[in-house]
Amino acid sequence: MLEILQILISDSFWAASLRIATPLIFGVLGALLCEKSGILNLGIEGIFVAGAMVGWMSVWLGAGLWGGVLAAAIAGSILGLLHGILTVPLGLSQHVSGLAITLFASSLSYFSYRTALPTVSSPPRITPFQPLDIPILSDLPFLGPVLFQQTSLTFFALFCVILIWYVLEKTALGVAIKAVGDNPNSVDAQGLSVYGLRIGAVMAGSALMALGGAFLTMSAFDAFFFGMVNGRGWICIALVIFASWRPGKALFGAILFGAFDALQVRLQTEVGAFVPSQVFLAAPYILSIFALVIAARSADYPRALLKPWFKGQR
Amino acid sequence: MIRIEARETLSIYWKLGLPVMSALLALLLASLPLNLAGAPILESYKQMVIGVLGSKFAISEMLTRATPLIFTGLAATLAFRAKLWNIGAEGQLYLGAMAAVSVGTGVFDISGLILVPLIIFCGCAIGAAGMVLPATLKIRYGADEVVTTLLLNFIIIIFLQYMLEGPLKDPMGLGWPQSSPILDQGMLPPLMDRMRIHFGFIIAIFCAAVAHFMLIRSIWGLKLKAVGENMSAAKHAGIPVNQSLITVAAISGALAGLAGVSEVAGLKGYLTADLSPGFGYTGIVVAMLAGLSPLGVVISALFIASVFVGADSMSRAMGVSSYLADLVVATALLCVLIGGFVSRYKIVRIAKNGGKN
Amino acid sequence: MKSDPILSLKNLSKRFGTIKANENISLDLYRGEILALLGENGAGKTTLMNMLFGHYMPDAGKIEVTNASGEFINLALGNPKASIAAGIGMVHQHFTLAENLDAIDNILLGSEPLNQLRRRRKIAENKIISLMQESGLVTPLDIAVGQLTVGERQRIEILKALYRNVRILILDEPTAVLTPQEADSLFKNIKGMTSHGLSVIFISHKLREVLAYSNRITVLRQGKNVGEISTSDANEKKIAELMVGSETTLPRRQPASTGKPILKLEGVSALGRGLRDSLKNVNLTVMRGEILGIAGVSGNGQAALAAVLSGMTIPEMGTMTLNDEKLGNLDPAKMVSKGIGRIPEDRHRDGIIGSMSVAENMIIEGLSDPTFQTNGFLKREHIAAHARNLSDEYDIRGPGISAPAQLLSGGNIQKLILARVFHNKPKIILANQPTRGLDMGAAADVARRLIDARSRGSGIILISEDLDEILRLADRILVMHDGKLTETQTRDRATLGLLMAGQAA
Repeated sequence: MLEILQILISDSFWAASLRIATPLIFGVLGALLCEKSGILNLGIEGIFVAGAMVGWMSVWLGAGLWGGVLAAAIAGSILGLLHGILTVPLGLSQHVSGLAITLFASSLSYFSYRTALPTVSSPPRITPFQPLDIPILSDLPFLGPVLFQQTSLTFFALFCVILIWYVLEKTALGVAIKAVGDNPNSVDAQGLSVYGLRIGAVMAGSALMALGGAFLTMSAFDAFFFGMVNGRGWICIALVIFASWRPGKALFGAILFGAFDALQVRLQTEVGAFVPSQVFLAAPYILSIFALVIAARSADYPRALLKPWFKGQR
Repeated sequence: MIRIEARETLSIYWKLGLPVMSALLALLLASLPLNLAGAPILESYKQMVIGVLGSKFAISEMLTRATPLIFTGLAATLAFRAKLWNIGAEGQLYLGAMAAVSVGTGVFDISGLILVPLIIFCGCAIGAAGMVLPATLKIRYGADEVVTTLLLNFIIIIFLQYMLEGPLKDPMGLGWPQSSPILDQGMLPPLMDRMRIHFGFIIAIFCAAVAHFMLIRSIWGLKLKAVGENMSAAKHAGIPVNQSLITVAAISGALAGLAGVSEVAGLKGYLTADLSPGFGYTGIVVAMLAGLSPLGVVISALFIASVFVGADSMSRAMGVSSYLADLVVATALLCVLIGGFVSRYKIVRIAKNGGKN
Repeated sequence: MKSDPILSLKNLSKRFGTIKANENISLDLYRGEILALLGENGAGKTTLMNMLFGHYMPDAGKIEVTNASGEFINLALGNPKASIAAGIGMVHQHFTLAENLDAIDNILLGSEPLNQLRRRRKIAENKIISLMQESGLVTPLDIAVGQLTVGERQRIEILKALYRNVRILILDEPTAVLTPQEADSLFKNIKGMTSHGLSVIFISHKLREVLAYSNRITVLRQGKNVGEISTSDANEKKIAELMVGSETTLPRRQPASTGKPILKLEGVSALGRGLRDSLKNVNLTVMRGEILGIAGVSGNGQAALAAVLSGMTIPEMGTMTLNDEKLGNLDPAKMVSKGIGRIPEDRHRDGIIGSMSVAENMIIEGLSDPTFQTNGFLKREHIAAHARNLSDEYDIRGPGISAPAQLLSGGNIQKLILARVFHNKPKIILANQPTRGLDMGAAADVARRLIDARSRGSGIILISEDLDEILRLADRILVMHDGKLTETQTRDRATLGLLMAGQAA
């Protein structure tokens, strides 16, 4: 018990939590944006892989870290465009389209990587984002290591939370997105384009998802390897429901999960003799299922989610 | 003037032609990544064909590879028809395999006539449980079964690792995380000498035939169709919707579990954590490509198994990454999706005065 | 007031597949007038107005409208933005509101450019408040629309148009969701606005209200404009004939004696979509051979009542008795087997499984019947023969018994459902809005069959938002408001209207 308390007040624990949470923050924001407009994007797992590969590869080929971030975002939005076209004007099953994109994006990423860089004994590495060193702020007690020594990509993730919140709550575009996710006819009757809003939201959301993947290869680690995403995309889908489609709650949920993951690494050394390591490994997934069950019948469920809408059908 | 209008019904030519064209298109599109990899295109395709059809061994390998895909394809087909999105076949496969290995490696030293059915039964039962749980969570709490089955896959595989390093570990295995081998009398008999194809293939075909018959000719099949096509109207008409969903969940999970049983007790003989290179997920593509038809699943599984076996062989011969197979399969799914949309519409010519040509 | 028209539809045509929804329609609208567009369900009224508003692209024809500067220009077709810019606004039959947003956001939706960084909600709010005062249409502004009443939502829809400086307002079946008094109040407000220069087209299939509220009437029949008449020159008989093309009278019941009670609901409470839609301590008795009419505006508990009677919802409290046998917790299958036939309100959602064949839909409530199956396997020939018989008996027209049921027209789908229900010779029939959306011929057919069933001894519960239909068909009337039922002897429309609004007569 005492060990757990000691862990919970240590700044290295919270720093790790925020770091582990960062890809989830990007992913949840991305999925939230798609679903707010009425589209479920199960391509998230594959888009994570694509973002990880494209971001890393761009840096490997000399693009610089932010160039890699941009490349990953573009890759994500292209996949988002594909999903958008399949599900919005074509009105195909959002479940199947998303899964198809996950399979396609993953296999394309692995194939491209393997073709460009044939197997070697240890995977090639890049120089990833470094922890920031801001005068005064980085030296603050507790807040220094926890917040101000994160990498700039984590800061960007936090910025995105505020950005998405602002767009949804304070701009006309946000009103339109929220409306199209509740009743597309409301938007259509006012002369706005349902297709345009939804495809745009899905593209932007997918770009964010790709950044989640890019964080893995460009900040958390420095190489790309098979199976590194490991279900984070699916966890984000569960987290969106847990967060009731609200950016602030999404941030909270992501950090909570990051904390659990950070805790399990530390707990393994403490109680590893009594509890098999697999319990800790499985914890995020089990927790996600619980989150889904508890939060599933939420009042904030976008009413038009999963329902195709066609122009001219009345 | 040309206008696009919805077709009223889908002719049989479209229903059959669409998957075939999607498959062919996906294979053709494989030339793009082949080009990217710098491989000579015609030679690569030739190697793929040789890898599948070039010898009796090749064909038997293809059929062996198709066996688990038929099972997981059927699992996806039946569940998807009820609009129950079972993405957990991968985990349910491992559940079936674990059950097979728990029961068949020496706990019961009995005649094969009893042991084999026992192994099959246990594999089906545990696999069924693996899908009944998410289905129940969906019915009781509205928890989206796509996400719960996906997450369960990860949980089950982690559990598998624990079991293989613990209770199921082979004491004679030189420390590797693998299970004890299935007793000889518990193994599914092979179908041909010196070939890997085994009785699981026959069971798979049998399951497809039964599924087809039940869907077309039975009341149960009609109820399933109603529940999947319009749950509200089905409920209003008095069809016990929840019961139907749980039943199909159990059958779907059982079939996926059978895939695991078949791989362990028919092919490998023991269980390791890499038993399945994604059979569960590939089964979804098999089902979609088959248009959710059980008989179509057999053909679709044969096609996709051919792609994998052929690509493996080509990959060794030409030095191209074998991820090409995954790419072709994923492309085939996209093609069948888009094709499904295209087939629902037709082009109509309208003459200037409003009459139709 | 007679000057040049401010709106001219010229030779508009629209086809959907093989159906000619609008054929060569021309009509004019003058400033400050209320024009009624009358026609039975399916005549093409909504299609025509959808073309005016830009939801549909016409196959042929053009539209000319007076723009803000007073010039008569060609309207860009198939473009809601252009129609809105030309001063055309539409209140759709099924509201186009986002329920998760409040009234202000719904009104502002689409009127602010999407790329602007800050919103001007305060300024907009002030403008909306003054619009409310001018027009008399008041509604709460800062509550999520999902919690508002139907009347309040309709007012937001009109305010949306007013906010965009509408000069031509289209109302599609505006009184379908209102009590008689609310309808009067609405049109009083509208008359106030037309005296300030607003021009209005309202769509209706109800003769009475067309005569009460309009200046001029244009009648559509089977997609064509068959006549225009000034309201002062019109009477019910004249416009009814134009509307249907021949003499028709809708069937009325003849008084008859009723038998003993078959079905009793006592103290039944059940949850509905919201508080107002939930049943509160409801009592109801249905006698042999009677039609019991449940009048009221939709959203006051009708859906919950139907759900309880269909077996779809289990009541929280209360008892149901059928022929002196207490019914326990029932599900739809048991309701069917006990002899309760249900005609659902939403044909497509609850009545048929559209992608399954007509024949399959006909047997879907009777899957355990040994005529259709042995040991769980279908007897296809028997099922087909059964379907053919019922199709003949009920005159169901369409592409055949093996074709998907969704290809049938609304009237034929209703016939399928009736055939299925009546085949079981039910003791009780729940008919929930049975003629909604049907043309007069199909509506008359449904009414006739209900009256026949009544004379054969069935007890029928008729839930309808059409007060005239209740008055024509019901032997006894209950009024539903806020989840409570009130029995009444009166047949006076005004009194019934007050009861529907929850005001004691």
